[in-house]
Amino acid sequence: MTGSIVAIGMGIAVIGAGIGIGNIGSKAMEAIARQPEAVGDIRSSMILMAALVEGAALIAIVMAFLVA
Amino acid sequence: MGKKFILIKLVIVALLFGSSLAAQQHNHNHSGHNHDHSGHNHSGHNHDHSGHDHSGHNHDHSGHDHSGHNHGSHDHDSHGHHGPVCGVAHDHTFDAGNTALHHISDANVFSIGPLQIPLPCFLYAPGTGWDIFMSSKLKFDKIGHGDGGKAYNRYVLDGGAVRRVKDASFPMGDVAISGIVHQNDAYFVCHNNKLYETEAKSSADGGLFGGGITSFYDFSLTKNVTSMLIVTLLLSWLFLRVARRYRERDGMAPKGTQSFIETMFVFIQDEVAKPFLGAQYMKFLPFLMAIFFFILGLNLFGQIPFFGGSNVTGNLGVTMVLGILAFLVTNFNGNKHYWEHILWMPGVPAWVKTILTPVEILGIFIKPLTLMLRLFANITAGHMVIIIFVSLIFIFGDLGNNMGAGFGTAIASTLLTLFMMAIELLVAFIQAFAFCILTASYIGAAVEESHEPH
Repeated sequence: MTGSIVAIGMGIAVIGAGIGIGNIGSKAMEAIARQPEAVGDIRSSMILMAALVEGAALIAIVMAFLVA
Repeated sequence: MGKKFILIKLVIVALLFGSSLAAQQHNHNHSGHNHDHSGHNHSGHNHDHSGHDHSGHNHDHSGHDHSGHNHGSHDHDSHGHHGPVCGVAHDHTFDAGNTALHHISDANVFSIGPLQIPLPCFLYAPGTGWDIFMSSKLKFDKIGHGDGGKAYNRYVLDGGAVRRVKDASFPMGDVAISGIVHQNDAYFVCHNNKLYETEAKSSADGGLFGGGITSFYDFSLTKNVTSMLIVTLLLSWLFLRVARRYRERDGMAPKGTQSFIETMFVFIQDEVAKPFLGAQYMKFLPFLMAIFFFILGLNLFGQIPFFGGSNVTGNLGVTMVLGILAFLVTNFNGNKHYWEHILWMPGVPAWVKTILTPVEILGIFIKPLTLMLRLFANITAGHMVIIIFVSLIFIFGDLGNNMGAGFGTAIASTLLTLFMMAIELLVAFIQAFAFCILTASYIGAAVEESHEPH
């Protein structure tokens, strides 16, 4: 029973991170389309931000591992 | 064009062959690490189950060496016998989750394909003192799963990892054991037809899974440590070679390995160090480079199929040390402004400071914590997904009882695994880069000069 609840929790965490990273990716694409010459800067900031968003999901997943 | 297609076909055929080999290996090795069944006392290998539905179960594992593989028990609900028993061979269950966990955890053997190579063990237990020996002393099969056939000073080898028998009455020195039985989460050693429970693996190897307080400490040169040493030597050789090339070919265009390393080096220097660290970038460049290439090298080394299968950057202990290094470098280099912004944020009302200061202090610790977890989770997840895709073959193939489904799944699973491995190559670079860029940004925030007007 705890296992299934944990699985649901992990799923919700992943949805959140997915929406966040999706937004970052879409905005980065738009930015690159507008300013192709700034692609390098945009890519680094994009990965940085994606890593930060991912961090929240990872904490949730590790917590889920610990609970399960 | 034609040649390319032939090449691709060859690669796919080779991989299918490889995965079918792996299938045999797994069928042999991992059948049943899930032993949460009620036991049934069989004397030896005698499978006389009249009245029980065993049709379809393959009892005749001819060609497989099962001596010493006395894992597990059968599922006989109609019998009243419960608890683990000695001398039961063969299992009919396959647990993908346990298989995956086993493969991402550390071991005292180094495996190349089906071959198991012994590694030195350094074990310490209060009372008995140090025990230093090669893991081959515990007599595991050279080709097989790494289960020991012998106990030494109460230490046994299970699936390549050292465990210790709990019961102090277990004889010391060299003792023959007739197998290791798993039940629920407990592991039992079979000796003289009696079962002795073993402790969990030593938590000194930094496993998140299967910790627990143990009476012994494992300082062994495990497969992760070995991989780390190999990668460190490889990187040292590569960089010393490139450095020598730069001295020899001063002023000339880079060549060979030089241009390969230079691309990555200049990328980190220009995209990570300079934008985040500004004028002080030369001071922190060696640290950032060391972190980047160490993580990248280990990420890529862990991706090599059938070689070691090490999961170093997917080990919480390793990523924790990397996180602590980042933490120390950041905070020891923090200037007055950095600490002022954490402890007493200028320009905000006093009541906001009471909330902000605790949050900022927590932030100091959360930053390296997320660094540690991000690397660990990404690499571990990658390894697990690949193992689960391979496991699908045995789930659908029902451990060799349903060959058609097994082969069908093997094709799909090989393609999926190939795809995942391609993604993992990308992840290996991205995670090394993300660790590096985040460390740079944390250090950058700590050493930054004040922007406030003077």
